Amino acid sequence: MTEHRHPNYRKIYFTLLVLLAVSVAGPFVGIKWVTLITAFGVAVVKANMVIQNFMHLKWEKRIAKYVLAVSLLLMALFWGGVAPDVMKHAGLRWTNDAAMAATARGIGPAHTETSAESHDAAPVAEHESVPAEPAGEEPPPVP
Amino acid sequence: MATTHDAHADHGPQGILKYLWSTDHKVIAQQYLWTGVAMAIIGGFMAYVFRMQLAFPGVAVPGFGVVSPGEYNALVTNHGTIMIFWVAMPVLIAAFGNFLIPLMIGADDMVFPRINRLSYQIFLLSAILILASQVVEGGGFGGAWTAYPPLSSMAEYNLTPLGSTLWVVAVGLEFVAFLLGGINFITTLMNARAPGMKAYDIPIVCWMIVMASILFMLSVGPLIAGAVMLVFDQTIGTGFFNPAMGGDPILWQHLFWFFGHPEVYVVLLPSIGVVVEIVATFARKKLFGYRLLLWTAIVIGVLSFFVWAHHQFIAGIDPRMANIFTVTTLLISIPIAELFFVVFATLYGGSIRFTTPMLWALAFIATFIIGGMTGIYLGSSGADIYLHDTYFVLAHFHYTFFPITIIGGFAAFTYWFPKMFGKMMDERLGKIHFWGTVIPFNFIFIPLFILGLGGQHRRIYNFQNFPELAAMQPVRVLATTAMLVMMGFQIFFFWNLIKTFRKGPPAGKNPWQSNTLEWTTDSPPPHGNWPADRMPKVYRGPYEYGHPDRDEDFWPQDLPPARGA
Amino acid sequence: MSKPLATTRSATGIPTGRLAVWWVLASEVVIFGGLLASYLMHRVGHPEWAEAAAATNTWIGAFNTFVLLTSSFTAVLAHQAAERGDGKKAARFLTYTIGGAATFIGVKSFEWATEIGHGFTITSNGFWSFYYTAAGLHALHVIAGAIIMGFVARDAARNRELHRVELIGIYWHFVDVVWIFLFPLLYIAK
Repeated sequence: MTEHRHPNYRKIYFTLLVLLAVSVAGPFVGIKWVTLITAFGVAVVKANMVIQNFMHLKWEKRIAKYVLAVSLLLMALFWGGVAPDVMKHAGLRWTNDAAMAATARGIGPAHTETSAESHDAAPVAEHESVPAEPAGEEPPPVP
Repeated sequence: MATTHDAHADHGPQGILKYLWSTDHKVIAQQYLWTGVAMAIIGGFMAYVFRMQLAFPGVAVPGFGVVSPGEYNALVTNHGTIMIFWVAMPVLIAAFGNFLIPLMIGADDMVFPRINRLSYQIFLLSAILILASQVVEGGGFGGAWTAYPPLSSMAEYNLTPLGSTLWVVAVGLEFVAFLLGGINFITTLMNARAPGMKAYDIPIVCWMIVMASILFMLSVGPLIAGAVMLVFDQTIGTGFFNPAMGGDPILWQHLFWFFGHPEVYVVLLPSIGVVVEIVATFARKKLFGYRLLLWTAIVIGVLSFFVWAHHQFIAGIDPRMANIFTVTTLLISIPIAELFFVVFATLYGGSIRFTTPMLWALAFIATFIIGGMTGIYLGSSGADIYLHDTYFVLAHFHYTFFPITIIGGFAAFTYWFPKMFGKMMDERLGKIHFWGTVIPFNFIFIPLFILGLGGQHRRIYNFQNFPELAAMQPVRVLATTAMLVMMGFQIFFFWNLIKTFRKGPPAGKNPWQSNTLEWTTDSPPPHGNWPADRMPKVYRGPYEYGHPDRDEDFWPQDLPPARGA
Repeated sequence: MSKPLATTRSATGIPTGRLAVWWVLASEVVIFGGLLASYLMHRVGHPEWAEAAAATNTWIGAFNTFVLLTSSFTAVLAHQAAERGDGKKAARFLTYTIGGAATFIGVKSFEWATEIGHGFTITSNGFWSFYYTAAGLHALHVIAGAIIMGFVARDAARNRELHRVELIGIYWHFVDVVWIFLFPLLYIAK
């Protein structure tokens, strides 16, 4: 059943311990970027070493690597789709100021900001033919 | 492994123990199937009660009594929850997946029979919990199947502290059961195929069930995390979804819909797989574009992860994000249409046999197309501003879920019944049941499209309270009447079942003259599916119908090639 | 009961048990990924949480990281022994790994007791809610893994089902990897 070779587990283990020490020491340098790299960069390197060598993914058939890669990519997708929304919510009314500003730029000054228009006038699309607002000044509905 | 021959000598538990403790995939399949049928009756009863309330507000509903607003909310919430998690998934994926996959790939069981048994036991527990949640003090959870906080997280709002937590725990356990089951299906399909069965010789329905399991497994993770957070908010006072404590209710929406959208394809794909099997068999024609269909299904699976926020168009999300999700949502309609074109192309030029299963399969196509097309209106963020949360949405998803669960479910049931039980169901009763279900179905939900366009919103227990909507009451009565008619016709199904179990004619091995491996063994198959020394080998694909080299119009997968050929 | 014939087939070339473990890991990645992504979004969006985060004890966290890394090391040595057919040695290394798990849980219990004693409970604020939930979910996986590992070790000591040593090992390394990310997220990023 042994299709894979065995790396030097002792060497890997001691490298992991050294990296752990680096990540603990990082914050003492005091520079934020250094801390982030030593904390998360080291985490990625350590995780990769454990996955490739202890889990033997390095020698595993491709399908297993694809399966794990897909699950990671989905987490990236989740972050990409959700973080921009969740991280913009400030305070109890969770208004998205950046989006409102962008929408206002797209609509132009003559119209009030109602959500009906903000859906039509996407800043990325160039059409300026926004239909005249039928009802007038309604404040954006509180979600 | 020398023990395999002995494995068939071990017949598994006998007597009553067989039904409680068996690890045989066919027994577990039936456990899921009948549990699903029982839950369908309960979910259907809930629909009966709330539709009676809507048509005749305030009148005591026969078999239930007067419906209070809180009870109405609990009924609509749990109708949806039960139908999706305790009917659609167990019947289409767990029951038919368990029954068909080992048989169709020529294996003697799933690769992990004991985990299979465990998955059903956890599932049964989850079913008991969701039913218990209906009758605990305070009543069942009434915050919609989407369970948005703060309604779902704060008892002072939902007024059902026990019911709400039981609801979340029940759903969470159902997720665990399907994760366990899914791993079994995936691993079995990938590894345990009969000798000679290459990837493109696997019947489409097996691919679809496994793809559904993969989609489920990859999408449900964030929601499981979310469910844990919600239970903590409900019970110990954390504030994961409470802005006052630094949390965010919109996060729940994302966690829910990141799963919730792939979930609809989790149930759609197996149903389409069922339809493909039936169409190929009863059109007596090779499936048009096996690989096309397979890769299209994979594309749908991938795209399904990119559309979720179309459920949140008016939740205050960034309009630029709404644009992106409109584009992806409209895009996904293309591969889905592709699937239907493949089925049409298979039917075209075929020699069609209008058996009961074939009628159900064709009805699936006709009704699902309506559901799919109405999705295009909802997927456009502009139109959705008006249509969101109206009965238009409700009619759209019933024109998708009903074909998937009920029509697809009956298609699968009537098609594989002979193999499961060794008897042939009555065709005449089957056809009466079919027409009596499908025609009234349209009379229930077309009116709901009309009501939705007229501005009728969801989750309201009495439209007489809204002067501008009250005038449409006759339309509501029409929908409810059609529902009563449809429910009445289900009697023909149960009558058929009882009649067949008592004295139905024996089915034989292959009554439909189909090609796939399950039809090469006895009906019902014995423990181990085939004698241990005669496990099938595969020589060709599953859809060789009407092949010019053959006298007969079908060519089973396990027949060795003719000598000299 | 004896295994079905199906379990012994391998059309992919990966033994069925190991193939299943990869799929289990994929499902766990999205569970923890969802939870940690949610945490990260909030943490980045709430800079004021740094005050709460400062109260976690980096040294205890680092020690627990060391414990889990060591337990991963013993787990892979168990796998090596199992491959050579030495069930007794494999069982011994698995026992060391279980010891590591017990140490981890012991240290964490002491850590949490101290923090709760200082008034940092799961409802104190958003940071602490995520802290206890994420580390708690991880700890549940540690405990479950250790229990299963006990059963595998018992069989391995009798030279039975030795292939399972590798399988529980892969799961164990995954538990270690989750902690490798939890450590900077909860302890270093202050």
